[in-house]
Amino acid sequence: MTLSAMRVAIIVFPGSNCDRDMMVAIEQLTSRRPALVWHKETSLDPVDLVIIPGGFSFGDYLRCGALAGRSSVMHAVLDHAARGGAVMGICNGFQVLTETGMVPGVLIRNAGLKFACRNVDLAVCDTVASPFTSGLAAGQHLTIPIAHNEGNYFADADELRRIEDNGQVAFRYVAGAAFGPANPNGAANDIAGVLSPNGRVMGMMPHPERAMSPEQGGSDGALFMSKALESLVS
Amino acid sequence: MQAIVNISLKNGVLDPQGRAISHALGDLGFSEVADVRVGKQIQLDIDETDPARLRQRVARMCETLLSNTVIEDYSIEIPDENK
Repeated sequence: MTLSAMRVAIIVFPGSNCDRDMMVAIEQLTSRRPALVWHKETSLDPVDLVIIPGGFSFGDYLRCGALAGRSSVMHAVLDHAARGGAVMGICNGFQVLTETGMVPGVLIRNAGLKFACRNVDLAVCDTVASPFTSGLAAGQHLTIPIAHNEGNYFADADELRRIEDNGQVAFRYVAGAAFGPANPNGAANDIAGVLSPNGRVMGMMPHPERAMSPEQGGSDGALFMSKALESLVS
Repeated sequence: MQAIVNISLKNGVLDPQGRAISHALGDLGFSEVADVRVGKQIQLDIDETDPARLRQRVARMCETLLSNTVIEDYSIEIPDENK
């Protein structure tokens, strides 16, 4: 399969606000426009990748991602993942994935109680086989922006040990050129992104779709996403 | 019948909001405040007259949506239970 044959679906909830940016980013990389799928849909056409975009789904009511995680389209997304389908959640999408249990842990209020909106430096981790990391080198650094209030990754000690041992940590915040503390939100073990046990579902707080060209301030998001898409089609 | 769900953060889960409130209370002269934890209360009016069945249904609601059991505990009050 070639990149231009790749079928990508982006799920849209009331309050999603990175769906269009993600659509443009995917189209830039694949030359094919992804489908935008409204949360009330009960099924998904066969796709190679489902993306849960950033935003404030359902106004962050109850808990970030809680209501979106139980909306009707998510049953279809869960089925897709259960068949080994690839799913990527960005920012609020990561919160949605934790609420469904597709990736472990939960994202709580930033330790500094401030909305964090800036570039961060990430290190790619040595992970379980995953299309989201296989095209990158372990230890490789990426600079990608964050924009969130609840990005403080939490899991209890046993769960943390389990995901570290299983290679489910995809990205960690590290010191680099970005202004401010390396860990922007108090996340346990500096975790910025995690994988499902089989590596096919990935959630991350940073926004790769906001780092797609030098004009946007950087293109490491494009680097990460192009490698992920290439891994998925190969 | 009414059910009241109280949701609190589990022990060991950082509560930055509670910590900020604790500091503010200290600054206001309430130096006796040792710790603050913030939770939430959800009041439900439910078409059910049997308290046992009500409690069971509300527990299901807590497990499936109202609380995230990774970080939160919940308790259920039924004010009219013994009337």
